Amino acid sequence: MKQQYVYGLAAFFAIVGISIFGYKWQVLGFPVSKDLQTPVWTIESSIGFDSGPGSIKVNLHIPTLTPGFRMLNENSVSRGYGFSLNYGSGGREAQWAIRRADGRQRIYYRISVYEDHKSDQSDTTPPFPPPPAINEPFRTAVEVIVADVKEQSADTASFTAELLRQMNDPSPGPNVELLLSNANTRAELVESITTILASARIPARMIHGFDLQGRSRSAAPITWLEVHDGDRWRYFDPITGEENLPERFLIWWRGNEPLVSVEGGSNVEVGFAVQENHLDAVAIAETQVAQQDAAMIDFSLYSLPIQTQAVYSVLLMIPIGALIMVVLRNMVGIDAFGTFMPVLIALAFRETQLLWGVILFTLLVTLGLSIRFLLERFRLLLVPRLSAVLIIVVILMLIISLVSHRLGMETGLSVALFPMVIIAMTIERMSVVWEERGAVDAMRAGFGSLIVAVTAYVFMGLSWLEHLLFTFPELLLVVLSVVLVLGRYTGYRLLELSRFKALTGS
Amino acid sequence: MFAVAKKLRAEGVLGLNERNADYIMRLNPRRFYPRVDDKALTKELATAVGMAVPELYGMITNQGEVRNFSGIIGERESFVVKPAQGSGGDGILVVTGRSSRRRDSFRLSSGMLISTEEISHHISNIVSGQYSLSGNPDKALIEYCVNFDPIFAEVSYQGVPDIRVIVYRGYPAMAMVRLPTRASDGKANLHQGAVGAGIDMSTGETLAGVLENEIVEEHPDTGALVAGLSIPHWDFILESAARCYEVTELGYLGVDMVIDRNLGALILEMNARPGLNIQIANCTGLSTRIARIDEIFTADATPTQRARLARREFSAERQTSLAFSR
Repeated sequence: MKQQYVYGLAAFFAIVGISIFGYKWQVLGFPVSKDLQTPVWTIESSIGFDSGPGSIKVNLHIPTLTPGFRMLNENSVSRGYGFSLNYGSGGREAQWAIRRADGRQRIYYRISVYEDHKSDQSDTTPPFPPPPAINEPFRTAVEVIVADVKEQSADTASFTAELLRQMNDPSPGPNVELLLSNANTRAELVESITTILASARIPARMIHGFDLQGRSRSAAPITWLEVHDGDRWRYFDPITGEENLPERFLIWWRGNEPLVSVEGGSNVEVGFAVQENHLDAVAIAETQVAQQDAAMIDFSLYSLPIQTQAVYSVLLMIPIGALIMVVLRNMVGIDAFGTFMPVLIALAFRETQLLWGVILFTLLVTLGLSIRFLLERFRLLLVPRLSAVLIIVVILMLIISLVSHRLGMETGLSVALFPMVIIAMTIERMSVVWEERGAVDAMRAGFGSLIVAVTAYVFMGLSWLEHLLFTFPELLLVVLSVVLVLGRYTGYRLLELSRFKALTGS
Repeated sequence: MFAVAKKLRAEGVLGLNERNADYIMRLNPRRFYPRVDDKALTKELATAVGMAVPELYGMITNQGEVRNFSGIIGERESFVVKPAQGSGGDGILVVTGRSSRRRDSFRLSSGMLISTEEISHHISNIVSGQYSLSGNPDKALIEYCVNFDPIFAEVSYQGVPDIRVIVYRGYPAMAMVRLPTRASDGKANLHQGAVGAGIDMSTGETLAGVLENEIVEEHPDTGALVAGLSIPHWDFILESAARCYEVTELGYLGVDMVIDRNLGALILEMNARPGLNIQIANCTGLSTRIARIDEIFTADATPTQRARLARREFSAERQTSLAFSR
């Protein structure tokens, strides 16, 4: 009955812990591994213009829907300008306005994005475009081309591909040649293609964006063709006719409108700079969660001040030490002083490093023990004797620090990190065991404590485990459930197998 | 590794974890612990129902009373000083006589001389709680020093050999005699190096002994055979152990008894967490016997009936042959 309660409770804790962990890992994107870094691109657009005499209004198209990317943050740098974000026909627009300005002006807009293949923001399904009004002789040329391409295609995608092939044919037909007579740039080419597609009642639009490759001080937007096949948007390279965007293509804006419009200014020039950084994946997940307004982030340890974080990253390892303790004592059966003394010693080892930790600990306990035996002769009462041992431990630590400093061994200084009260209690208990049960028992328990401490140190020092627990503190519930289950472990301890060896004789 | 565990399981060997979780926690309510952890209380309860215990000469409950020590012992030649809440035989002084030259100097069971001042210091250590389980202030008991029966003279090195009986739900389940050795410093505790010898429950005869988890035929110091000793008052011992269940209400209990040359079997102390080495000493597992007791358990059986049942059920025929086959 009780057994089932314990297992039920343990299962409950484990399920809650693992579910929260799974949600944070899979949905919120918290990284399970420490060194997980995500490349982050910062694209800076700078707008330069000469101010006119009157008020100035600058409109800049900025990224709205960016398949394959997520926005980390955005900001604008503009001295004295009022800044607002609006939704225009082509997506988001940044607007700066000022009553008057003198001389050459420069405005910056900066956005940071990171790759996220799952990011597939839904776009609206566009209505069928009305047939565009085209003047002769272009109208007939368009009609002929549409009819021709329709003959050689099956659906929207193949129609587009065939159209692009014909438009880019090195020896184009007369109709194509006529239509291309005005298209000198890639953007103009795409514009005429969208017109032809509109005549075929296929929704299509221009997209402009950047192929993000490392850093570039002057990037220019590249125009692509976007076609809706009634189900989703498809992307085509207007020159090669290739479908699908380059691997890292950030769509900056859509539509035929110019990137920037400046009212009351002249000599407008727009430049783009791309910078690639690597950001800690945790930071990205945090920002993302903050944007989604999830309450989860308020309870994340990363929201604590840095110093407190450092404390907690250590504190969170104590349950791991306790788990090791449970396993080594109840399943293996190692004898040790005190319930959690080895865990605290292991904590001190973190600071002193293992080898020095073991050396200093052994030195301290040995010296303390020998002085404790001298104290035995004075027949002190319990509390004064314990206090005397404590004071001696402190003095010994002081001497070890000073001597090692004189000898130029700075590691010796870290002896001060040992929990002195714990050491004093260890010395006292060890000396009592020594007196009462003999040196062998005392040494065995002392050695056992050291083994447990070293094992706990090894596990508590696993940096991936530390990261995991710090990012996902809910995993402590899993540790708790394991401890609860082990609390009902009634099987033999490992060392009991050899202890009762004599009984297996039959 | 798993094969060994399986074998032990088949033999019915009880492990520490199982003992703690399934028996001690279930059958021994914590509120009854003081009845066995505080030897003064044990003595009082046992005396109240007319059971035989070593006579209490006096009790020292605080530092101020330590100087009453001389008054308590008076002209007595032998006595035992022990902490009321000690564990594992720690802190016990067995004084067997006085120095022939100085009356205020005493001889310990080990033969060493100890001064009154040293005993007083020891008592004040006891009172300040050095030997108590919890570290709390304790009481020092000064009581009759058992004049042990010569039956064990050949197989013990100084100290007082005692008989440990495990009582499960009022039924004596297993027993052993613990024989002090030179290594155990005269103490009858197995983990301090005493020899344990299993006892055939039906006849009261000792089986082979165990020393540090290993089976031995002879006492390491005296060289005498450990097996085959017939323990006197065996019926009375089993019955007294069974009665301790009514006294303590603990379902998993270890009862320690000694046999005095003149007074017979006396209850020395009881233990709510008796060790498991008794299984090695008897070459048999406790779980098997516990399961058998669960089968024959009747709530209204008297201690006498329970002791008789134990004698009938737990004959060591099988274990004897096992011990000698080695």
